[in-house]
This record gives sequence, C-alpha cells and structure tokens, in this order.
Amino acid sequence: MEGSSNQLSRKEGKFYQLTRDPVLFITVLLILGLLLLFIVYPLYAAAKLSLTPEGHFSFKEYSYIFTHSGYTKTILNSVTLGVVVATLATFVGFIFAFALTKAGIKGKKYFQTMGILPIISPPFMFALSVILLFGRNGLITAKLLNLDTGGIYGLKGLIIVQVITMYPIAYMTLMGILQGIDPDLETCAMNLGAKRGHSFWTVTFPLALPGIFASWLLVFVGSLTDFGNPIIIGGEFDVLSVKAYMEFTGMGNLPRGAALAILLLIPTVFVFFIQKYIMKNKAYVTITGKSSRRASSSVGKVTKHALFLFCLLVSLFVILFYVTIIGGSFVKLWGVNWTPTLKWFAYSFDVGFKTLKNTVYLALISTPITALLGMVIAYIVVRKSFPGKGALDFLSMLSYAIPGTAVGIGYVLAFNKAPFKLSGTAFILIAVYVFRNVPIGVQGGIAALKQISSDIEESSTNLGANTIYTFRKITLPLIRPSFFAGATFAFVRAMTAISAIIFLVSARWNHLTVLILAQTEIMRLGAASVLSFALIIVVMGFVFLIMKLTGLKQSQIFGTTN
Amino acid sequence: MSQKSTKKDYLVVKNVSKIFKDGRGSEVKAVNNISLTIKEGDFVTLLGPSGCGKTTTLRMIAGFELQNGGDIIHDGKVINTVPSFDRNMPMVFQSYALFPHLTIFENIAYGLKIRKFSKEVIKNDVAMVSQMVNLVGLENRYPGELSGGQQQRVALARALVLKPEIILFDEPLSNLDAKLRIQTRTEIKRVQQMLGITALYVTHDQSEALSMSDQIVIMNRGEIAQVGSPEEIYNNPNSSFVADFIGNANFIDATVSEIGSDSITVSVQGNSVMVKKTDETFSEGEEVSLAIKPEAVDVSLEPTGFTGKLDVSSFLGSITEYKIEFENSFITAVHSNTTGYTMKHFKMGEEVHINFNKEFFHIYKKQ
Repeated sequence: MEGSSNQLSRKEGKFYQLTRDPVLFITVLLILGLLLLFIVYPLYAAAKLSLTPEGHFSFKEYSYIFTHSGYTKTILNSVTLGVVVATLATFVGFIFAFALTKAGIKGKKYFQTMGILPIISPPFMFALSVILLFGRNGLITAKLLNLDTGGIYGLKGLIIVQVITMYPIAYMTLMGILQGIDPDLETCAMNLGAKRGHSFWTVTFPLALPGIFASWLLVFVGSLTDFGNPIIIGGEFDVLSVKAYMEFTGMGNLPRGAALAILLLIPTVFVFFIQKYIMKNKAYVTITGKSSRRASSSVGKVTKHALFLFCLLVSLFVILFYVTIIGGSFVKLWGVNWTPTLKWFAYSFDVGFKTLKNTVYLALISTPITALLGMVIAYIVVRKSFPGKGALDFLSMLSYAIPGTAVGIGYVLAFNKAPFKLSGTAFILIAVYVFRNVPIGVQGGIAALKQISSDIEESSTNLGANTIYTFRKITLPLIRPSFFAGATFAFVRAMTAISAIIFLVSARWNHLTVLILAQTEIMRLGAASVLSFALIIVVMGFVFLIMKLTGLKQSQIFGTTN
Repeated sequence: MSQKSTKKDYLVVKNVSKIFKDGRGSEVKAVNNISLTIKEGDFVTLLGPSGCGKTTTLRMIAGFELQNGGDIIHDGKVINTVPSFDRNMPMVFQSYALFPHLTIFENIAYGLKIRKFSKEVIKNDVAMVSQMVNLVGLENRYPGELSGGQQQRVALARALVLKPEIILFDEPLSNLDAKLRIQTRTEIKRVQQMLGITALYVTHDQSEALSMSDQIVIMNRGEIAQVGSPEEIYNNPNSSFVADFIGNANFIDATVSEIGSDSITVSVQGNSVMVKKTDETFSEGEEVSLAIKPEAVDVSLEPTGFTGKLDVSSFLGSITEYKIEFENSFITAVHSNTTGYTMKHFKMGEEVHINFNKEFFHIYKKQ
C-alpha cells in the first residue's frame, strides 16, 4: 500500500519537474510528435491497408502470399540470399578486422580505408560493375574468357555484390569488438602455454563470438532490405523488397505491396533488436582503460602473410569495381565498341545535372536537421528523466530497423491526402532522409555523451544554468566531433538512398540514384557509369572536406554504424 | 560553540527517503526517512561507508535527485520541486567536473555569466577568488593542463565566486594524494570560516570529518547513526557501528554480571570490568560487546592482565600497530613511538600481556 502510493508520488514528481523545465517539456512533446508522425504513422498506414484490402478487415493478402508459390519462392529467395551473404560478409569482415587489430599487417591505413570504402558508394554501383565485368558483354567473361554468362544475373551476382557492399558492416562491428579484447588476455594465454592458434580458438574467438553473431544479424538485415542491387542484377531471382516495389508501383496492387513490405518489416525489426541486445550484453568484453598495451605477436608469420594476401585480394577486387565504373564512363558502348568518348558526359549533363543539383540540395538541407535532432534526442535520452523516455528511445532506434521499402510505401499511403498532403514535394524527401538517418546521430550522440561524465552537466546546472544553456554551452561543444560525424554519415546516406525514396520522387524532385537506375534499365550503361562516378565524386568530396575541416578520421565518421 | 544555539536553522532535511530500482527491478532504500538540521555557518559532514546514502542525500539537497518522500527546507522554504539550477547551492564534485573545453577563467566565470553580471564585475570577482585559492597566473590554461590539486582549487573557486550562502562538497579530496589532501582540507576550512559560509561535506574519510567539522552526521545503510561534534562522536560513539567506523574499535565478548546505579560490571574471561552505563538497557547474564580503541590497549611482556599471542607488528613511523590473537579473535593495539613509550619489539607468535585502559570501555548490545 505504502509502496504504491510512493510510486505514484514519484511519477507525479517527475512529471512536475518536467513542467518546471518548460524547454525540456516542449522538446520532448515535439520530438515524440514528430517520431509518431513520421515513423509510426506511415507504418500504421501500410499495415492498415494490407489488412483492409477491400475496405474491411481481412488476412486475404497475407494468405494469398503464403499460398502462392510465386510469393513463397520470393520469401525463400530473400532468406537464402540473406543467410549466404551474412555468412560470407561476416567472414570477410572478420578477417579484415582481425588482420588490422590483432595481426598488425602492413599497409594498415590503406586497408582501414578499404574496410569502409563500399559504405560511401552508390547503392548499386557494384551491381553495375559486375554487369560490366561479368555480364553478357562483360569485359572478363565475354572478352577475356569468351564465355556466355547471362548467369551473372540472379543469386550468383547478388551474392558477389552484396558481400562487397556489406562486408564493411561486419568489419566495423567486429573492429570494435576485437579492439575491446585486451591483448593481455592473448599474451597471458600464450604465457600459460597456449600456442598461437590455440590462444585464438580458446580466447579471442569465444570473446568475439557475440560480436560475430551480431554482425551476422546486421548483414542479414542489410541483405534482406537491400533494394538497389537486386533490382539491377536480380534478374529472375525475385526478392521481397523488389517484389513489394513491383506490386505497389508496377501492378498498382497497393494492398499486396503493403503486405509484402510488412512481411519484410517484421523479421527485420525482430533481428535488429536481437542484435542490439547482444551488443549491449557484450559489456564484459570491453576494457575501459587505456589500450596502450601492444598486440605484439598473436599470429605467426605464415598466418600474417595469408591475412595480408586475403585483404589485398579483396581490396583489389573492390578497386577493380571502381575502375570499371570510371572506365565505363569513357567508352562508346561497353563490350561492343571500345572507342573512347566523352559523349556520356555530355548526355549525362543534359539528363542528370538538374537531378544531381536537387539531390545535393536536399541532402544538404536534411543533413544539419538530422544531426541536430539526433543530438537532441541522444541528450534527453541519456541525461534526462521524464515519462515516456523509453518510448522516445525505442522510436528513434526503430527507424533504423525499418526497411526502406516499408518506409517508402508507408509514406506514399500516409502523406497523399489531407491533413498531411506531402507527396511530390521536396519536404517528403527531406522527411525521409531525416527520419531514416536520425538513429545514426542518436547512436553517435549517445556514445559521445556516455563518455562525458554527467558530473560536468550537473555542475553546470548546479551553477545556475538551465537545460538549454547547459546543452548549448557545455554539451554541444563537447560532442561536436560526433555531431559532425553523424552529419557526414547522414549526408552520405541521403546521397546514396534508394529503397524508400524510389516511391517518393517526382518529376520536380528526382534523386540521382533513381536516375541511374532508369539509365541502367534502358541499358545506357555509359550514362549510368558517368552518373555513378559523379555521385561518388560528390560524396567523397564532401567526406574529404569535412575530414579536413574538422580533423575527424574516417573511422570516427563511419564508426557510428554499430 | 556557545553561540551555536542562537544560529538559525539554515537547511532542514525532514523525513526524506530515496528509493532506487536496482537492475532486477527490486527497490533499494538508499536513504530511509532521515531528518537533519544544519545551522547557519556550520561545517557539517556526512560521514559513512560507501553505499550508506550520504551522496544521495547531498544530491537530493542539490536537486539532482528527487526524494520519494519528505521535505527539504532551505531558509524556511520548502524547495522540493525547485529545479537544481535555481537552488544556488554550488557543489564541488569528486571528479571536479571542470568544463574541459573552457579555460580556467571561463570555468570560474561560468556561473557569473549565467547570472548576467557585467564584464568588469566578472573580471574582478574571478581575480579575487583566484587570489584566494592561489590560482593566479593559470587563468588562460585549460583544465587538462593543470595538476590534480590545481583542478581541485578551480572547482572550489567556481563555487566560491558565486558568493553562496552554502557550498556542497562531494568527497572533494578523494582524488588527491595523502599529503595534498591534508593541505587542502585545512585550506577549505580556512576559506569557509573566513567567508562564514555554511558547508555540507560528504566523505568516507574519518580523519577529514574529525578535523574539519562542527557537526558530524554518521550514516549507515540509509539511516543516520549518530549526530554530534567530532569530540562527542569520537569519545562517546552510541553504537558498535559508530565505535567501529570512527575509532576502529576492538570488540571483546563479555557477560553482564551486575548492574549498578551508574555503572555495569561485566566479566571478561573471569575478570570483572566496570563500565559506564548508557541509554541502552541490559539485563544480568546478557552477552554483550565491549568496545575499546586501539590506543587504549597496552601490550607488554610483564605478566599482568590478559594473555594473548602476538600475530603481526607494523612499524608506521610515529606509531606502531600490534595485532594480537585474543579469545579466538584479534585485537589491535597502537603505541606512540614518540611520547613516553619506547618502541617494543615482540617476536611473532610470542606470548604477550594485554592491559586495557578500562575508562575507555564502551558497552554495546551484541550484534
């Protein structure tokens, strides 16, 4: 009895304090409102339509999907692809991370760049390269080996491009995990008589296992929700994201498209939060002290050379893809007529300059909004206590787990009529960028804030500063690096978006990736190459500029993925 | 000391409790219904082992935590829901909590800027306080460039510059080395008395509490165990917990044999010992604990008193500490090496004789 009344008064007290800090109160309300409107409401709209295909409640769409082989095969395809890609990408990512953290191979700096380079590439650049290299008129298959391989379209090609696109996810995750394992543990195992291999399998590997599993799940989700690669190179091999798009946009079967998107959403969100849970509980591995200890010789010479060779081959493969895109920009007709030309540049300028300009423009507008919103959310989640905090935290993370396809379909359904008639506007694209990418800022902000002792903010409050003054004068300057890191990553993601925005672009506000896709579909591979090249230049230029201006390192910018 | 009764109640903590949820969701009473009055101008210390609720109490007073019940009354006004930034109770943090991106000047001026003082006033006040705590010349440095002791003084200056009526201290000296700690505590006490500020000071270090305080509040498991002046607490601990915590007392099992009008006779190993009566009531035949401080125990080879076996002797410079096996447990004795006694050398395992200075015995209920 006493306990319950105590609890009541505590709740009231918290709420009361919230009203005493009106800035915080209004901020919390505003952010919750925005998250509900731009994250929950679109999903609700998609789920609702999928369950009321004819205006009244029914599971018709879902039972249709599960009883027709065309759809069940699609689901099976997505899962198969996801499992294979997750396994291979995690393997590649682990080798990279292990070679760089524990083996001390040569060219570390160079390989660190290679570990994350694919992250800043357009969504289907690798698919395009694979077609240029291994397709029907591919440089390697048709010209050098004289094979007829239409077979690169489908599972095989998808595995290659997705592994290349996604091993950085595994690399980044495992890098953090492996760095957290105290080299002293391995040294100690050897000191106790374990041979190098034995110390790896009994100490390093078991400690990294939660991270390996988490990275597997992350890549699995990445593969499941990937849209850019499968739509270009999937061929007959249908996957859920592409199928949902085809139904929704191609066939105009809105309820079924929505149902497929929801089917994609459920495992994704589920897996994402398992992954979060695992990473949260790996705390026992991490070391908080200074890691000045040297990882001297946890691998032997032969292993070291093998690791180096592996990383080198993967890197060369990735570079080959970039070179191919550049090469493709300068020849008349890839595989048929190799005459050097600038005609694709002229053509691309005509069809693409306005789109490129608009894409950059919208990305630039959304970037600071995303980063600032992320920081504010991180700040109130980490430092403040108020009713509804858990919901705010959950919602801001949720949007990272929602497949772009589901977001795109949800936005179309939610914002095509009053009171939120936004379709066709620049605003809807900005909203997608901001709310799709805000978890990056939130995660980076949370990590940064946790490193700043709460004493420092409390002491500001104690000296008479209110919430907003403390945030402006103390917190913000201290988390500035992670603010810029979040902003940069948000910009990259806005520039390379495809799966959600393909539903939302209009003639007035097109996106460069959608244009590249269109050029690829009509087999103007030269134009697609030029436009991809341009996109890479813009993105890399921006990242480079930020790094120069702020002194941030690559790993600080892209380390925020996990 | 005689003026004490005329001092007004500056800060009153009334029936305050704080409940935290632990990791598994069960409730932990960090502070359990405590009441406490702090007089204006007093130096009051909250002393206790870690987890006793002293820091939580301080944080509730500062407004960082909201109590689950009870009132905090500042200068006659209930301030339960006043946000911490409106309380004007600057605090010196254990970690100092200096703003790493601001210079020392900017750190000290921080609170003045918020209060919108003019540039000249800020400059003057910062200069004055810097002088007071000996920071002159360091104004343009950053906290990272200062030594621990200097950082500590910046934290103090940042609080003093606001000319507060009360300053809160949360274990401010625990990150300093032993010598600097003693220097700084004298410094803090000097400044506090010079400015006549009320101080509420949290520590787990008994020598800090004894040397600085007007009043010591001993806390244990979320409750107040004893309140009193350092002398009162040191000489008359009201419980075996306080006796153990403040004087590292030895505890000896005994049985009550006779209860007199103002004394109690107990028997220890067949020997009778008379001790002063306390507020607690005892009955004849009851098993009790006798507490005695190490400095009231004499060890010698003379065959008088009780017999024990020397376990370890530790030479600590001005004193020597002996650990003696007695009655299936251990007793600590401390001898001064400078006043009167010459250092005694005993061999490990040697039979020694123990004499207690019986005036210093305290009787407690058996725990």
